[in-house]
Amino acid sequence: MNVVVLSGSTVGSKTRTAMNQVMEKLDKHTVDATLIDLADYTIQWSDGRHYLDYAGDTKYVTQTIMDADVLLIGTPVFQASIPGTLKNVFDLLPERAFEHKTVSVVMTAGSSKHYMIVDQQLKPILNYMKAHITQSFVFIEEKDFLNKQIINDDIHFRLQDLVDDTLLLSETLKQLREQKEAEFDF
Amino acid sequence: MDKGRFKSGKGLEFGLYTLGDHLPHPETGDRISAKQRIQEIIEVAKLAEQAGIDFISVGESHQDYFATQAHTVVLGAIAQATEKIKIGSSSTIISTLDPVRVYEDFSTIDLISEGRTEIIAGRASRVGLYDLLGYDLHDYEELYEEKFELLRRINEEEVVNWSGNFRKSLKDAKVLPRPLEGKLPIWRAVGGTPASAMKAGYAGVPMFLAHLGGAASHFKGTIDAYRETAKANGHDPDSLPIATAGFFYTAETTQQAQREYYPHINEGMKLTNGRGFPKQQFAQSADIRSVVNVGSPQQIIEKILYQHELFGHQRYIGQMDFGGVTMAQLRNNIELIGTEILPAIRKYTSKGS
Repeated sequence: MNVVVLSGSTVGSKTRTAMNQVMEKLDKHTVDATLIDLADYTIQWSDGRHYLDYAGDTKYVTQTIMDADVLLIGTPVFQASIPGTLKNVFDLLPERAFEHKTVSVVMTAGSSKHYMIVDQQLKPILNYMKAHITQSFVFIEEKDFLNKQIINDDIHFRLQDLVDDTLLLSETLKQLREQKEAEFDF
Repeated sequence: MDKGRFKSGKGLEFGLYTLGDHLPHPETGDRISAKQRIQEIIEVAKLAEQAGIDFISVGESHQDYFATQAHTVVLGAIAQATEKIKIGSSSTIISTLDPVRVYEDFSTIDLISEGRTEIIAGRASRVGLYDLLGYDLHDYEELYEEKFELLRRINEEEVVNWSGNFRKSLKDAKVLPRPLEGKLPIWRAVGGTPASAMKAGYAGVPMFLAHLGGAASHFKGTIDAYRETAKANGHDPDSLPIATAGFFYTAETTQQAQREYYPHINEGMKLTNGRGFPKQQFAQSADIRSVVNVGSPQQIIEKILYQHELFGHQRYIGQMDFGGVTMAQLRNNIELIGTEILPAIRKYTSKGS
């Protein structure tokens, strides 16, 4: 199973800290996991071309995401929404890019007041792009972090559950799809 | 039909097209040489002619896994190797070429083929060629519209006076040689959307409509939008031919056809488009309402007749060679087309004029 962990911001440290934890929680599973922190790459703005026609970092990031079975997205909240850097990644991909992929969300925010941003803003995009979404997500607030560490034990439990549930969902859907496709007999 | 070379009462034309893809065989992973691929395309054209197929065309794609970037050169070879079959492009990317050179090439092919040549001009779905050929992707829309219009002007007028944004002006320019009958049929290549079809309708230009998958009735909506737009802009829809293009594969049974072609489509699309072809959608080809013409000869006949009734089109062309299909499979397809599919289509679509 090919897992991509995407840290969707070029600003701050909370989302990257959370996604480092997600990488650690993946250790107990036998999967190929790749961490992409958008802060480490120079990605161009989407200009409408097919993703295979980009070059450099833009090509690497889009191709790596397209090759994934599972995508764990980490995102902060900017101006009551997802950051433009993350939206740009979606805009670079084809319309049905997440078909047959399982996608889960970890959101970091300065305040609990942004709790509904995942359901109201991020999930509609993921749905449109045909993702299988793990219904639960993990929402992490400022007070759960100290010195680039997550200090709330509950968050550790919930991140581990999210990782386990995501992989289980992906594996189950893959089996169901294979069963269905075997019926076609071609 | 004054804007094509369609004889009234002759019925639906049947053709074949290739994008000129050069992909490995999905099971063995082996890829034939570019030399062999190009020679097999020319060989298929000869076999198609012998089987009585009406039309054959070759596409232009400038990217990995393709071999007919110089598609006009391949068409020249086909023109020389055949005698009756109509020849065209599928498509010529007019946006990144000089319409003067395109017209010179195609009218020359028309003279070699003794009046059998047509141009289908599109603007590419993949855009790597903009960098390769020195154009700016931001001009995607304007390049196509300007160059397509110039191509049409060259076709209509023996002496051209023209100015635009993307090449030097033409002053009393003669573009030579002229084609055998003075003009070439020029089509606008259209993807699936009604908006794109309507642009062909505004200009009153014949439309070549590509359909990868889905319900035939969906494309009927696109064709209606084209005809309505043409009419609203003062063009007679009855004078504008329509052609459709999509996947084609036949074998003794529908299940065998699906089994043989699916791996080629799926693996080929992964390499050229980044995603495979959904198996569910491919399975729908067994239903007459699906536009994917994959099945037994009888199944294909019924589907093409159904599409003809819906669309009222003048030509259907099928893509049977995508994704490393072997020459033996292609021969078998052409054999079944010639002996079973063509006679039935002609019988049911031709009328006394």
